[in-house]
Amino acid sequence: MKRTTKTRGIVAAEPPSIDPLEEFDPVSSSEENSPHKNDDANEGTFIIQDINLQPREYDEDSSDEEDIRNTIGNIPMNWYDEYPHIGYDLDGKKLMKPKQGDKLDDFLRRMEDPDFWKTVKDRQTGQNVVLSDKDVDLIGRIQSANVPDPSFDEYAPWIDWFSSEVMDTPLRAMPPSKASFLPSKIEKMKISKIVHAIKMGWIKPPQKPSTEKKFYMLWDSDDKADSIRRIHNHIPAPKTRLPGNAESYNPPSEYLLDDEELRDWEAKSDEPWKRRYNFIPQKFNSLREVPAYQNYIKERFERCLDLYLCPRAKKMRLTIKAEELVPQLPSPKDLQPFPTVLAVEYKGHTDMIRSISMELHGQFFASGSDDGTVKSKKYIYIYIVFVNTMENICLTCYFLVWEVATGRCVKTFKLGETVRWVEWCPNKSLSLVAVAVDSDVVIINPGVGDKFIVEKTDTLLAEPPELSNFISNERMVVAAQWEPFDQEKWDLGIRVMIRHFKPVRQVTWHGRGDYFSVVMPDGLNRSVIIHQLSTRRSQFPLNRSKGLIQCVLFHPIRPYFFIATQLHVRIYDLVKQEMVKKLMTSSKWISSLAIHPGGDNVIVGTYDKKVVWFDLDLSTKPYQTLRFHGNAVRSVAFHKRYPLFASGSDDCSLIVSHGMVYNDLLQNPLLVPVKKLRGHEKFNDFGILSVMWHNMQPWVFSSGADSTIKLYT
Amino acid sequence: MGKIKKKFESGEGSLYLTRKQALRKLQLSLKMFRRLCILKGIYPREPKNRKRAQHGSTEKKTLYLKKDIQFLLHEPIVWKLREHKVYLRKKGRAKALRDYDGLKRIMDNKPTYSLDHIVKERYPTFVDAVRDLDDCLTLSFLFSTFPSMRFVPGGVSALCRRLTLEFLHYVIEARVLRKVFVSIKGYYYQADIKGQTITWIMSHNFGFQPQSPDEVDFRIMATFVEFYSTLLGFINFRLYHGANICYPPKLTAVNSGTENEKLGALTEDEFMEERIASLNQTIIRIQEDNPDGAVEVDEFPAGEDNEKLAEQRKELDRVNRLKNLFNGLKVFLNREVPRESLAFCIRAFGGTVSWDSGLFAGATFNQFDETITHQITDRNMQSTEQTQYLSRYYIQPQWVFDSINSATLLPVENYFQGAVLPPHISPFVVEREGDYVPPEKRKFLDMEKGIVTTGEVFTTEEQKTTEPEIVKTKKSKKGSKVESEPVPMAVERGMAEVVDLMKQKDDETKEEYRLRVMMIRNKHKRLYRRMMESRKRRNKEAEKMVKKRKKVAP
Repeated sequence: MKRTTKTRGIVAAEPPSIDPLEEFDPVSSSEENSPHKNDDANEGTFIIQDINLQPREYDEDSSDEEDIRNTIGNIPMNWYDEYPHIGYDLDGKKLMKPKQGDKLDDFLRRMEDPDFWKTVKDRQTGQNVVLSDKDVDLIGRIQSANVPDPSFDEYAPWIDWFSSEVMDTPLRAMPPSKASFLPSKIEKMKISKIVHAIKMGWIKPPQKPSTEKKFYMLWDSDDKADSIRRIHNHIPAPKTRLPGNAESYNPPSEYLLDDEELRDWEAKSDEPWKRRYNFIPQKFNSLREVPAYQNYIKERFERCLDLYLCPRAKKMRLTIKAEELVPQLPSPKDLQPFPTVLAVEYKGHTDMIRSISMELHGQFFASGSDDGTVKSKKYIYIYIVFVNTMENICLTCYFLVWEVATGRCVKTFKLGETVRWVEWCPNKSLSLVAVAVDSDVVIINPGVGDKFIVEKTDTLLAEPPELSNFISNERMVVAAQWEPFDQEKWDLGIRVMIRHFKPVRQVTWHGRGDYFSVVMPDGLNRSVIIHQLSTRRSQFPLNRSKGLIQCVLFHPIRPYFFIATQLHVRIYDLVKQEMVKKLMTSSKWISSLAIHPGGDNVIVGTYDKKVVWFDLDLSTKPYQTLRFHGNAVRSVAFHKRYPLFASGSDDCSLIVSHGMVYNDLLQNPLLVPVKKLRGHEKFNDFGILSVMWHNMQPWVFSSGADSTIKLYT
Repeated sequence: MGKIKKKFESGEGSLYLTRKQALRKLQLSLKMFRRLCILKGIYPREPKNRKRAQHGSTEKKTLYLKKDIQFLLHEPIVWKLREHKVYLRKKGRAKALRDYDGLKRIMDNKPTYSLDHIVKERYPTFVDAVRDLDDCLTLSFLFSTFPSMRFVPGGVSALCRRLTLEFLHYVIEARVLRKVFVSIKGYYYQADIKGQTITWIMSHNFGFQPQSPDEVDFRIMATFVEFYSTLLGFINFRLYHGANICYPPKLTAVNSGTENEKLGALTEDEFMEERIASLNQTIIRIQEDNPDGAVEVDEFPAGEDNEKLAEQRKELDRVNRLKNLFNGLKVFLNREVPRESLAFCIRAFGGTVSWDSGLFAGATFNQFDETITHQITDRNMQSTEQTQYLSRYYIQPQWVFDSINSATLLPVENYFQGAVLPPHISPFVVEREGDYVPPEKRKFLDMEKGIVTTGEVFTTEEQKTTEPEIVKTKKSKKGSKVESEPVPMAVERGMAEVVDLMKQKDDETKEEYRLRVMMIRNKHKRLYRRMMESRKRRNKEAEKMVKKRKKVAP
């Protein structure tokens, strides 16, 4: 349509000589489908030829929509790619796709057909159409941006329809209106309004706002603040660090970097924040020689970045000296007596001494060790060593002479296997030592001291009590068996022997000396057994053990029983048969346990270097945790009379501390370390294995892996 | 059953917003947000527990206090920033359409904002503002040296120059300068204003050095300066009024008529500006205050704080002495010395100063004035064929700075022209116990305390070092005896063992202390160890410095 109208416009000057049919041709723009123009090809219409010479397509001389035999409409033709047909004709019959040649055909056609270059494919019918010369020309003109119609004359003379010449008589004979002569009233009103506003000073001529800032008295007083909304919890930015001597233009020469420091400075170019200075100190002879500082602007910029990007927080800074952190404690001098010097060194053992125990009167002590001898067979001894008593203390002040003078081994017992523990019976009228030998517990009469007591003990143990009315259960029979009387052993000094099913780690006596308890860490639920010497009976205090049991302890006064597992210490009431307390040690592995003779305070030594003090009246949490050892704590001990306790550790140090417990319940115990004693040597990473106090004197014994026992007085 | 408590709805998890969340909440672009933060003084916060504050995430995010962001929400400048965005869009459009009339109109109506209320809001009291003056002054001094650049329009650097000069005039008039230090980075000045110690840096006087855009973003600095110039203006205004000086500064009189004739192409304003920039003329005061300025401190009867009071008094005396340090001195500056800093320093302590009139405006007397007491030179003038006067000292500029820092007029001998200068010591360093003190400073400190040490500087250290030597000789003597000859069999008379009671006591106290150290509470153990380590490190460093000093200057 567009095309036809254009044509009409152009030729409007001339009398139209157009076929009326053409003028009303509705589809003249779809040139391919106007085959009727074949007739007047010379008139500039289109020639369309079918290369396949399918006459059906051009049979009818019409270009109406109806003539399009494919009725599928304007749809993407690739929808029919899969089908043999390409659409439907008016009768609803399938229009089959024309035969498509293969590539070879295509190539041949390209070679042979001279019209190949102007052949296009009609997608609706699938047929090849050769464009007419006119079409080709048209496309060429469009491509080169020319007017598509070759007949259009761009440079035709201008037809001046409306002339600039004034005609003598007007075309319209209407007189001009009056308003066209008079000034506009409405405009006048508007203008007078503006004039009035200007006169009144309402409207001012545009003025450039002064760019200069005006300053005035912003704050009324120096230090009074108005209450307005402000930033919440403001943290002022810290000031920049003030320069030191190194930044001077003429610093003392020691501030200049030497070669090594300079190398270090340059090596840190990747991590400049680790440098000591962010510049290289320089020395100039005069101020005139100082150059511009290269990084000045950059440093100012970094400060700006810090101000608005750095997260701020308030940090408390301590202004105290290190000395002020050290607690104020009473001077050790005021807390005397306590052991200070090595008095006696007991040599004789050839292997590590695992355990020592003191007789009640403080005259003898027993020690057990695993001695390897020349025969490379393990011989186990008990040394009964005569302790220097009060009478000869004056002689023993110098440890050089002790060996000759006092450190005498009174008795030795050969037991054949590793002695893990020795414990002297706390009953004054009995002369007995309980010894843990591998999986046996042996009760020995050492035969030292008061002869009367020694004999009385022997007579007491000579005949075993009647066991007729007691039937022990099977669990117990497996776990522990009292050995019958054996003359051979009796001669060796062994009075009673109990065989256990697992190695025994610890033996501990009840205060009266009748009961004693045995710990076998591998025994699972049967780890702890309490034996009664007088009736030769045994019992399990626990049905189930809550962890790996390390050691046990009888309360000195009340019927309580302490069981230390790896992590906790449980306190059981033996009468009520229930747990009373559970002490939280907050350590990983308990090694040893000791109770204050008053019965209200317990110290626990642990393998993670701690000594933990519990005040049972206070809490089940530690009253104080002392971390003064450098290695695992193996043994702790309380003195029976003096307010002293000691701890021995694998770092070969024995620390004696003052541990005062007050009768006043409101006052907490006072713990002060008073002496660090060193003397033992390390052997196979073991230091001190056992610590013991003298029963009467403020003396402490320690046995170590270096096979010596040391007495400090 | 109570209401189910959701995680992070209260407590630390609800206190913070990340930067992204803040941007969303404020509906601002990052650029605008940055500008707003700089102007309003909002900064990220370090949470007590980062994981909790970030709702469980552990990566490091920039966290702002939620309250701060809510505070920003009500800021009128936010709307101005949005208007500015629209303005830029309109301007760009008009430019693209070549609608120059429209462009002019749009540019005339450029939205502007004032920062006055922000200054008031950020600094509740005047003293607060003065306390925060350090960065403001340093940056303003830097910008005053800038040429006009893309993000630094010329007006900004001119404004900075004007404000900083005003500030310097105040420092001169109020005599509040306390310390000066010439470093390789620039001049550090410290003043005491309203009881606040303020330190600022002025770079050495050189031309602008272009910076790589990767390293320095002038836009950010310009935003800071935008705020700082407002702040400094208000502070100057109040300082001037507090000191009874009229603001903006006016000079007493344009003295010489000859100068006026030289005006030439300069306008009156430009002429005045140059005079002000010369820092060499007093400013008109609104009313004269008492010439001493200092208020007499009343004598208090000796009480418990007597010592403290005496110390305060001593400090006050020192300051009073310092204020009038250069009174009566007439100093002439040679052209090779930094004019501005020296003129400022000399005038801030009561001296009179001048320079060659061709060097800069504002010279008050010339080189041939017979009354000049000091002439500051940095070149050896003996080589040049200039007349030298016997009536004046020719000294190097460091004399001025060192004299100020020591609050006395130092002997000029060490600073004569051509002399090797003594080191320039930083007046800001306060040594802690165990720190290294350069011998020059120790000498000075001792002098101040009244201890006179003549000659050797290392005396104390030498004593220390000699002690072990004696011990060594003793030992060697013993050794030589043993080695010398097999001693003939004889019984020597036994000697009673000499017990060094002092040493014993010392050992005892040491052991006692060690035992107490064992009982340090677990909470403090690490802290104690760290403190001791740092003390040890400092001692080591001091030792190293002593060693270096000996090596360099034996």
